[in-house]
Amino acid sequence: MKKIEAIIKPFKLEEVKEALADLGIEGMTVSEVKGFGRQKGHTEIYRGSEYTVDFLPKIKIEVVVTDALLDGALAAIVKSAKTGKIGDGKVFVSPVEEAIRIRTDETGEKAI
Amino acid sequence: MLIKNTTLAHLTAAMIALCSFTLSPASAQDASTTVVEEKTTTTVVETTTAPAPAEPSLEKRIAGLEAYINNVDPAGSKIEALAGPGHNAWMMTSAALVLFMTLPGLALFYGGLVRAKNVLSILAMCLGLAGMVTILWWAVGYSLVFGTNFGSPFLGGTEYFFLKGVGAAPNTTYAYWISQSVFCIYQLTFAIITPALIFGATAERMKFSAVMLFSALWMFVVYFPLAHMVWGGTGLMNGVWNADAKIPAIDFAGGTVVHMSSGWSALLLCILLGRRVGFGKVPMPPHSMVLCMVGTGMLWVGWYGFNAGSALAADGIAANAFLTTTLAAATGAFVWAMLEAIFKGHPSILGFCSGAVAGLVVITPAAGFVDSTGAMIIGLAAGVVPFLAVTYLKAKLGYDDALDTFGVHAVGGTMGALLTGILATDSVNSNLVSDAYALKNGLKAALQGGTLWTVQLQAIALTLALALIGTLIVTLIVKFTIGLRATAEDEAAGLDISDHGEEGYIFNK
Repeated sequence: MKKIEAIIKPFKLEEVKEALADLGIEGMTVSEVKGFGRQKGHTEIYRGSEYTVDFLPKIKIEVVVTDALLDGALAAIVKSAKTGKIGDGKVFVSPVEEAIRIRTDETGEKAI
Repeated sequence: MLIKNTTLAHLTAAMIALCSFTLSPASAQDASTTVVEEKTTTTVVETTTAPAPAEPSLEKRIAGLEAYINNVDPAGSKIEALAGPGHNAWMMTSAALVLFMTLPGLALFYGGLVRAKNVLSILAMCLGLAGMVTILWWAVGYSLVFGTNFGSPFLGGTEYFFLKGVGAAPNTTYAYWISQSVFCIYQLTFAIITPALIFGATAERMKFSAVMLFSALWMFVVYFPLAHMVWGGTGLMNGVWNADAKIPAIDFAGGTVVHMSSGWSALLLCILLGRRVGFGKVPMPPHSMVLCMVGTGMLWVGWYGFNAGSALAADGIAANAFLTTTLAAATGAFVWAMLEAIFKGHPSILGFCSGAVAGLVVITPAAGFVDSTGAMIIGLAAGVVPFLAVTYLKAKLGYDDALDTFGVHAVGGTMGALLTGILATDSVNSNLVSDAYALKNGLKAALQGGTLWTVQLQAIALTLALALIGTLIVTLIVKFTIGLRATAEDEAAGLDISDHGEEGYIFNK
């Protein structure tokens, strides 16, 4: 099992969700986050005062998938979240040791 | 009857005009006009037959009605010492409009520009001043400004303490057709907004108790004397209405009294107070540009009462002020935002709002004295000069005028006072060349000789000196008694909780 964390542009969330759903992925966790990478922030000017807003709003998707689905899921995320412009985001993959469905006590791949 | 035909025609015309002020349905107008004609026919007969009547003559009575239309003295007629309905109605409306500028116009304009943790401190300041200044005005303030029994060019008198004798009858030193009670409340609304303007500069760090004590003292040291000097019947700088004015300057609606006095006082106070903790390092952006814009719209609308109301009548001078106010505000707003678009990349909402307020500030002393061309010049200047002051001058000098009271009101008010001296014309306001006042005190000669701007410079210098010296004294008194600033801890947490025990916004709690 692997956990995928994808930081994407907020307006791309629907496309990414649908692309993952098309692969048969049945759940995910989404958070509104703030951060910056190479895109940096933007400047706001109020009369003579200029403020740099460093942290931009992004969406973080967390989804745990079976090893068999990993490559397909990564490709789907990258394809659907891409605009080609700076600030498209990043995807991180990490191993997951165990998963449990609380309602049924199922464990492992059956639980995701 | 024959010889009275023309007189009757005059009377009828005057009555129709009078009825159009007082009655709205057309049928009611027609009916009352007919009745009047019958009545006057009777009167004519009486006056020609009965010798030495106690009643004023028909001519005097007609003259009284014409005086109502022309906003002049009805002395000797049957309507002497009565308020005129149309003029009174406009002045009550204007008083409400000017109060609306503070509550909630300025409260929202300033409130939107501070951070969310300080929004209530601004609202409390506006409400607190509305209450406290009203009490001062009732007790002594109105009398010290508009009384005359001191016979002094610097301060009014004691005759209206506790509003003694201030009732429905007009105070003819100031206006023939509006109740003194209305005049008093109208002028009160100016006295409320003037100190409120100051605390834009000191926002987010001056504690509420210090704001109130400072204001109470400042009204006595700066506002009451200055307002008397400019508008009082015996005032030193009242060029239009005091034949003995030593400095025959003109200030239609308060460029010196309201904007220069508050703006220059604000600069000195914010320097003595010190900058906000973290100024220049921590971002301090406005918490709601939406509230700021809503407040600006209310200020603009309220300003019609401020400027057109300053005619103290619903007359042609008020109409001219209505026109010039609109032109200057709209031009100032557009020019400021376009300069931003050119030099900063975006036309901002704060730019539009700042330009509108600047236009209104600069036209204030000029509104009833300049024509439409003058108003456009003023609007253009208001979009450019205060823009440069708040954008470049402030950054260069490093004082923390939090909401730009100095950049807009002091710079704009001073420029307005000067431009009024250059652009004023008697073609829109014949009071500038009146034989009763302007001829005697030198205003007429200054206007016609093109030297009025030098008289305005004297008024500017005196206003500046009074505002700065008065503020220095008052600030030192407050500083060494109760102190000026909130503690650093309260300032960091926000004044709303420390000073008022409330929060402006509580979501999801």
